[in-house]
Amino acid sequence: MEKMDKPLTKNIRPDRAFATLADYESTGGYQGLRKAITELSPKEVQQWVKDSGLRGRGGAGFGTGLKWSLVPMDANVLQTRYLVANADEMEPGAFKDRLLLEQDPHQLIEGMIIAAYAIQAKIAYIFMRGEYHLAAKRVENALQEARTEGYLGEHILNSEFNLQIYLHTSAGRYICGEETALLNALEGKRATPRAKPPFPLVSGLWGKPTVVNNVETLCNVPHILQNGVEWYQGLGRGSDQGTKLFGASGRLKYPGLWELPMGTPIREIIEEHAGGMRDGYKLRGFLPGGASTDFLLPEHLDVLMDYEAVAKAGSRLGTGTLIVLDDKTCPVQMVLNLEQFFAQESCGWCTPCRDGLPWTVTLLKDIIAGKGRIEDLDTLAGLTRMLGPGNTFCALAPGAMEPLQSALKYFREDFERYIVGSHAVMESS
Amino acid sequence: MVRIEIDGQSYDVQDGENLLSACLSLGLDLPYFCWHPALGSAGACRQCAVIQYKDAEDRRGRLVMACMTPVADAMRISLDAEQARQFRSDNIELLMTNHPHDCPVCEEGGECHLQDMTVMTGHTFRRYRGLKRTHNNQNLGPFINHEMNRCIACYRCVRFYDDYAGGKDLQVFGVHNNVYFGRFEDGALESEFSGNLVEVCPTGVFTDKTFSAHYARKWDLQSAPSICVHCGLGCNIAPGERYGELRRVINRYNGEVNGYFLCDRGRFGYGFVNSPERIRKPQLKGYPDITVDTAESYFRNLLKASKPAIGIGSPRAPLEANFALRMLVGEENFFLGLEDTEHALLNAIVEMMLDGGIHSPSLREVEQADAVLILGEDVTHSAPRLALSLRQAARNASFELAGSLHILPWQDAAVRNLDKHVSSPVFIASVCATRLDDAAANTYRGSPEDIARLGFAIAHSLDESAPAPAALGDTEQLLAAAIADSLKQAKRPLIVSGTGCSSLAVIQAAYNVAKALPSINKQLVFTVPECNSLGLAIMGGRPLSQAFERIGNGLADSMIILENDLYRRAPSRNVDLFLQLADHVIVIDSLENKTTEHAELVLPTSTFAESEGTLVNNEGRAQRYFPVYPETESVRGSWQWLTIVMEDCQWRHHDQLTAACASAFPDLADIIQAAPGAGYTVKGSKIPRQPHRYSGRTAMHANANVSEPGQPHDIETPFAFSMEGDMAQIPPVLLPVIWTPGWNSNQAINKFQQETGGHLRGGDAGIRLIEASGTLPWFRDIPAEFIPTPGRWRIMPLPHIFGSEELSLHSPSLLERLPDFCILLNPLDAETLGVDTGDQVEISSLAGTWVLKVPVRIELTLPPGLLGITAGLPAFQSMKSWAQVTLRKVEQQVQL
Repeated sequence: MEKMDKPLTKNIRPDRAFATLADYESTGGYQGLRKAITELSPKEVQQWVKDSGLRGRGGAGFGTGLKWSLVPMDANVLQTRYLVANADEMEPGAFKDRLLLEQDPHQLIEGMIIAAYAIQAKIAYIFMRGEYHLAAKRVENALQEARTEGYLGEHILNSEFNLQIYLHTSAGRYICGEETALLNALEGKRATPRAKPPFPLVSGLWGKPTVVNNVETLCNVPHILQNGVEWYQGLGRGSDQGTKLFGASGRLKYPGLWELPMGTPIREIIEEHAGGMRDGYKLRGFLPGGASTDFLLPEHLDVLMDYEAVAKAGSRLGTGTLIVLDDKTCPVQMVLNLEQFFAQESCGWCTPCRDGLPWTVTLLKDIIAGKGRIEDLDTLAGLTRMLGPGNTFCALAPGAMEPLQSALKYFREDFERYIVGSHAVMESS
Repeated sequence: MVRIEIDGQSYDVQDGENLLSACLSLGLDLPYFCWHPALGSAGACRQCAVIQYKDAEDRRGRLVMACMTPVADAMRISLDAEQARQFRSDNIELLMTNHPHDCPVCEEGGECHLQDMTVMTGHTFRRYRGLKRTHNNQNLGPFINHEMNRCIACYRCVRFYDDYAGGKDLQVFGVHNNVYFGRFEDGALESEFSGNLVEVCPTGVFTDKTFSAHYARKWDLQSAPSICVHCGLGCNIAPGERYGELRRVINRYNGEVNGYFLCDRGRFGYGFVNSPERIRKPQLKGYPDITVDTAESYFRNLLKASKPAIGIGSPRAPLEANFALRMLVGEENFFLGLEDTEHALLNAIVEMMLDGGIHSPSLREVEQADAVLILGEDVTHSAPRLALSLRQAARNASFELAGSLHILPWQDAAVRNLDKHVSSPVFIASVCATRLDDAAANTYRGSPEDIARLGFAIAHSLDESAPAPAALGDTEQLLAAAIADSLKQAKRPLIVSGTGCSSLAVIQAAYNVAKALPSINKQLVFTVPECNSLGLAIMGGRPLSQAFERIGNGLADSMIILENDLYRRAPSRNVDLFLQLADHVIVIDSLENKTTEHAELVLPTSTFAESEGTLVNNEGRAQRYFPVYPETESVRGSWQWLTIVMEDCQWRHHDQLTAACASAFPDLADIIQAAPGAGYTVKGSKIPRQPHRYSGRTAMHANANVSEPGQPHDIETPFAFSMEGDMAQIPPVLLPVIWTPGWNSNQAINKFQQETGGHLRGGDAGIRLIEASGTLPWFRDIPAEFIPTPGRWRIMPLPHIFGSEELSLHSPSLLERLPDFCILLNPLDAETLGVDTGDQVEISSLAGTWVLKVPVRIELTLPPGLLGITAGLPAFQSMKSWAQVTLRKVEQQVQL
């Protein structure tokens, strides 16, 4: 049952040829949709996904079925509802959605149709990172195939359910991955996040109830419908259900991306699947879930990659894409690199993020240039608190502070070394 | 009301309010930038952080933004908690990483909200060692300076300019700490409300360019409560003076009228006060230098020697001056100084307001309307501030829908996101496109007759007993039915009309619609052209044409013209003749104009900035303005010139004149309550016009005389030309300048309101003279459809915010924003004439009395047969409104 262990990537072939509609259907594609539409009511589909324990794969880990069940279904003036697939994958170190989009686009489309059916949305959008040219081409092709085959459009599978899916490629800002900024961008406005409440579930795209789900999340849905809740629950190894695409980048022997059960130990990903560190390099730490998560240390290698275990260790599962720090890379310079990215990508809406991130960059640059002062470390620590959760308008700045605050905790001597002299000669990251 | 606990104290606050607004309403100091009572919450600046506790046991609490947090019963919060204080101070530190330290040379300095909030949070020490980001500045036109380096990115400017005022050309560009608030390219800001940026901006990015030209610090400006004289709405203003020169005008909050905002004509039209065309000395034909005393006795002798003199009043002069003139010449010799059409329109409006039984709303009430019909007005040009209120009314449906989704009204972006689904309908029937069309559910363009016919049809649709127009087209019939249906469903429908298209039928149709509406909360508001048009019309009197007749008949041989350029009222030839026929022409005015040129005696009078008076706005609200600074020696208030020559004059003081006027006209009886009289004191002192930090007083005239002259005494008003007096106890409505310790900007107004954005403590300025009573019969004079006569065009004056009003035409900055000198023509008419935009046409009156060459602009929305001109532009003075003319293309000379 090799395929059953890796439902998300079962159609992905080593030669990188992508799955056509025929390929997709030949491995059971669109059976989940058929079941949902012909056998289940929208409420029942919501319940199945709720029972499966599927949690959002975009980073926040909110229960997918629960999210759907919160959409107001009563007919009022806002009776239109929208589904949006968040394919704006821009987290540094993350390349998991890209694989799914490029190699097996029908999986996403089927997931979207089922999700749209569950919330009774007639229109859905795929908001895709602008640089994903190949993915855009393949998804557009797949949409056309699905339309021709009657999976999309009017009376899907001869039911009363209608759905159109539109692909929108982003003009490109990291903040567009934030779901409310994404909605503003989709509406043609500045990609600035929105205040919550109201949540998109109540007032989202063009003010209408809207569900935004990550690509990988949606890709899980067809398999839950096709194979059942119990099967899905049996896939996880830790406290979470299903499989997940885990990635690893850095000075590893085989950096890459693997579909593994939720709760796979970090050690297994780094040492078995990625083959361990390249010769001559030692592991110093890693960001478990992409650039906006806290560093963990080699002592955390036995932590399971699921939401709770990683949180307990002091970081976040995030996108599940590990970035590895080796002993020949300077953590201060690595953090500077990340903070430059976040400062650049701040939308400019709220003060702490807009003006605080550039200050962290200035301080880190000063430190690296040998112009740092020891009290700068307190200023940096203060900024990590100032830009923390709840203090800013959205999660960008708090995420940006995670690698910095953990670096200050775990690698303080590296910072101090710059300030108090005897700068260790280090290879730049 | 709900009860919340703030730092251990219990308070009752308004349910549904946000915490910031609630705290400010309670009088607490909590710093903020992006929130504005009229704009709601944005959550961008993060400055109003407080600690919210879960329950009575919670000791740690969590940081929340007050502006984004709704109050809830039993809520426990702290403003004082160390964590909150530290966060607010740190937040300012972040804002300051890029803010220049140029306060000493910044024009916002001394009334800068950012300065105030910085001091309030206690941030004093700069740790940031990096470079500050810099921007290029733009030339935004004659009104507004742009200094982007000072920007703290609170987003208020674009939220006001675009979201609130419907502007399009001010946007935010860029990202991260490089966000840029400006135009796509240099150029004058297009919005008619751009001046509000000066006050909306919490720091010195947008400042008043006209003020820069003769700048003084806020604390060095002498001020008094005043009323804008540039249209009929009566917005409250705070003019500031130094060295005998009016330096600027800013908004003065009135919770019923203008709220926080003015239009650009109101804010920048003040230049006429300092104009070189000001009449500073009496002028007697043939005698270049006469003294005030000579002028006065000459005036007195003229009156004695002549047959009865006639008096011509003015809609831009206050009630007291008009009343004094009327008493001087006697009722039978008093004329309103309005040409026949305007006179008839204003009389009709007054009749409808007094006896029509329909409520005349304030601007605050206008904003509550849930369906609006505008009949015949381009409100943005005829009564600009009203257009801003109507724009808000269109959003009431969004607020209602938001309520059903549990979105609170101050959650600004969320409510605005619903704007595209619902709107309270605004229907605009106008001569051509208006600046409010983007907020309209439907528009109709037609001649005034066609607009009136549509109105009559709507009224008939609402109530079958109302007369219906004959032979109405199917399109109009359907539109009328749809509008009627929409108005009928509204809870607070509003009909807007006015003098804008010079048609009595339009005004009568508007009344019929309002009368036919079933709602008990219906409202009818008229725009009137000048600051005291309505007051003058309530006072009553005959039109200018009858004055012409009286002189023509030889029943009078001399005339006193009060603040009125007759050449703006009637065709030049008629006025020329009229002035020639009179033996003596005495003009009392403040600015030189064509009428003063013809006067035998010109008596210099003060403007609104140097005198007092009572004006009645379009709502029927009487408001008093007070001198900001003393007149120069040779200049007197009009009322003073007129009363001083009366025999046995009983009115030595302005208050006495106001009282006499009130008792002479029952409908004006309440004007004495418009403001307190001269005897009013606070703790035994008059109210100081100068802030207590007013500097340099002893040295102000040291260039002329080292001994400090005594301060002039003001015996006519409760104000003193002085710094002395207790500011603390003054009722907010009489405060010359809005200031409170720690709050040096105009945002200190929070401290003087009953609640943020509400009424002033102790009441807003002015007194409503008219409450709805009675009813009028249906108006039945329905005009026939307008059918153009081939080869003839009808002159249709169209009001323009910059160009149509007399006084502001003397303001240099405003002149830069004049509309192009051209006539408007329908494309079909242009085709008939073989002209295109930019070509010249020759306009001739039918009698062949005048010919004018003017460039053409094609206006798609102007009905055929009409020739649109900018109303009130001196270049068009020879053209009589609605007169028929012929047109001919002027062939371009071929250049060889």
